[in-house]
Amino acid sequence: MTGTQIELVVAAVEESAHAVRTVRLVAPDGAPLPSFVPGSHLVVDCGGRSNAYSLVGESIAPAEYAISVLLVEDGSGGSAWVHGLAAGDRVSALRPRSAFAPIASATRHLLVAGGIGVTPVVSHLRAARHWGRDVQVLYVFREGHGAHVDDVKELAGDAAEFFGDRVGFTERLRTVLAEQPLGTHVYVCGPGAMIDDVLEAATEAGWPASRVHSERFGLDALDPGEPFRVTLTETGTDVEVPSGTSLLEALEGVGLDVPNLCRQGVCGECRIPVSAGTPLHRDLYLTDEEKQACDAIMPCVSRADGPTLEVPL
Amino acid sequence: MPPTSTATSTDDPLVTGFPFPFPEDRYRYSTNVEPAGGAVVTPAGQWGTAVVDIDVEYVRELDERREILARDPGRHAVLPHMRGAAWDTLLTLMREMALTNPDQMTLTRDPGGTGDAHAWRWENRLLGVVQDFRYGDDATLPDEPLAYIASQVQEDIVLLDQRNDALWGDAGVVTFAADWSFGFDVGMSFLEIHGPVPRLRELGVITRAHEFLKRLQPHEPYRRTNWTLTIGRRLDVSTELYPEWGPDREMIQHVDDETFGRLVHLRVEVQHLIRLPESGAICFLIRTYMLPLEQLATVEPWRVRAATVIAELPEDMADYKGIIKYRDRAAAWLLAAGESA
Repeated sequence: MTGTQIELVVAAVEESAHAVRTVRLVAPDGAPLPSFVPGSHLVVDCGGRSNAYSLVGESIAPAEYAISVLLVEDGSGGSAWVHGLAAGDRVSALRPRSAFAPIASATRHLLVAGGIGVTPVVSHLRAARHWGRDVQVLYVFREGHGAHVDDVKELAGDAAEFFGDRVGFTERLRTVLAEQPLGTHVYVCGPGAMIDDVLEAATEAGWPASRVHSERFGLDALDPGEPFRVTLTETGTDVEVPSGTSLLEALEGVGLDVPNLCRQGVCGECRIPVSAGTPLHRDLYLTDEEKQACDAIMPCVSRADGPTLEVPL
Repeated sequence: MPPTSTATSTDDPLVTGFPFPFPEDRYRYSTNVEPAGGAVVTPAGQWGTAVVDIDVEYVRELDERREILARDPGRHAVLPHMRGAAWDTLLTLMREMALTNPDQMTLTRDPGGTGDAHAWRWENRLLGVVQDFRYGDDATLPDEPLAYIASQVQEDIVLLDQRNDALWGDAGVVTFAADWSFGFDVGMSFLEIHGPVPRLRELGVITRAHEFLKRLQPHEPYRRTNWTLTIGRRLDVSTELYPEWGPDREMIQHVDDETFGRLVHLRVEVQHLIRLPESGAICFLIRTYMLPLEQLATVEPWRVRAATVIAELPEDMADYKGIIKYRDRAAAWLLAAGESA
């Protein structure tokens, strides 16, 4: 048990823009869901693979988690799976994680959205209205493909500008970046190429990197990792470690008592030796030298870089 | 010499709930964090199930906090950008307390049934409080939100804002500081605040703690303990009051054994680390427990363990903790308490 898994039920599905479905998820017992930081994403188990989707609804003990998902025709199937959902379906997810948070000390928030990248911006705007934050929005999307346009209009009013073409957007962006008051932070979410363009324009306009924030999914949460097999030489058994299960959990599953505290790769308590195979180190505890030595591993977060690992336990 | 009977003292809730902090015979700094909420069974009882702990000292300690804040408002500070985090703390701690103490405390959403998701009612029967408020609207509370929630919990509170890949102590209500000053530290980074502690940086303990805190997730609180010795049952040993309590470190060397055991307290902080779910700030709760050596010695495993740890503590750590002048006597006192039993 990771403690972060939550079970949800689809309350409603609506076609909110061309090829975009907004799915409203509620707790099975209808209780309020855990609060989340604006801009957070929900990692959804899309029938065996995990995809991260930004939450677009209210964030304080909300009645529902809403996600808006663009159908990606040549994608890996996650969006198609979401588009196949209907009211009453069960969905399992991880609790919301924050990786694109509003900066509390910003004097103004310049929010730049491209296409379906508007989703975390909607969440930022809801919080901005509640806390009386100064915002400005630039939103570029293809005609007919604009998700949450009405939400942005309602939440940001005159502070929002909409663009149907890249040229007009880019021109306006350069002007806007040049005329911000001191203490403004810029946030950008959209297609990779668009994020790169905005970052480049901001750099050219003299923005320090610490004032520019972009959302690329999946960097914060540790990914579930590839499955591997660990050989316990003292015990004389092999243990399979599936994707999504930590090595520590797998060892505990066969009755091994590994001392541990934080289970996040920080405290150093669960360190175990490695006798063969290459660890994929994901912890913050071991030094670079210790990691290169490949003779120890923090099983709470680290895995095998390859199909097998051998530990003298 | 201390009383040798344990029959009465082990019924004392201050003993049975005491978070004895030494799992080993040796104490060194470490990133000793663990998930919050787990019960820790001790030879005298247990502690640890509540993130916000309410004990028999509740009303007395809240009265003391109110007096300290009235005398010295500098123990409370909320930088303007921390207003959301202050509200987040208020709601988070009220929910926690209502869940843990349903007989005494209730948090109701939309009490008027008007469909307003931001309307709440807080009821605290221990203090006779019924307070309606609207989340985010400062005018609906009798006090600034962080000060208000600090009037409902025994814990000191520090809020850390996360920006520029670092943490900043930008808000708090700290009335029971152990030899530090919140008013001096407010606005500093986490690394700056811990700069004076010996060994931490060399060991990498503080940078690891910093990395850990930056990755802390909402709804998954962690905890750790810290400790020192304090003379007298004095919660407020802040730097601001040094002229009042500083001389005790000299005085204690000249008192008789009975007075020594009565005055010297093992002071333990249970610190909870909470990523606030809506603001993303970190709420750092510091709860202080104190037990005089004469009571500590009535629990035999505690007497022996504490004597060993205090005797072995390296000079620089004892010096930083401010106990170097009397720690040898404290260890000897604990050992002697066993011989007389």
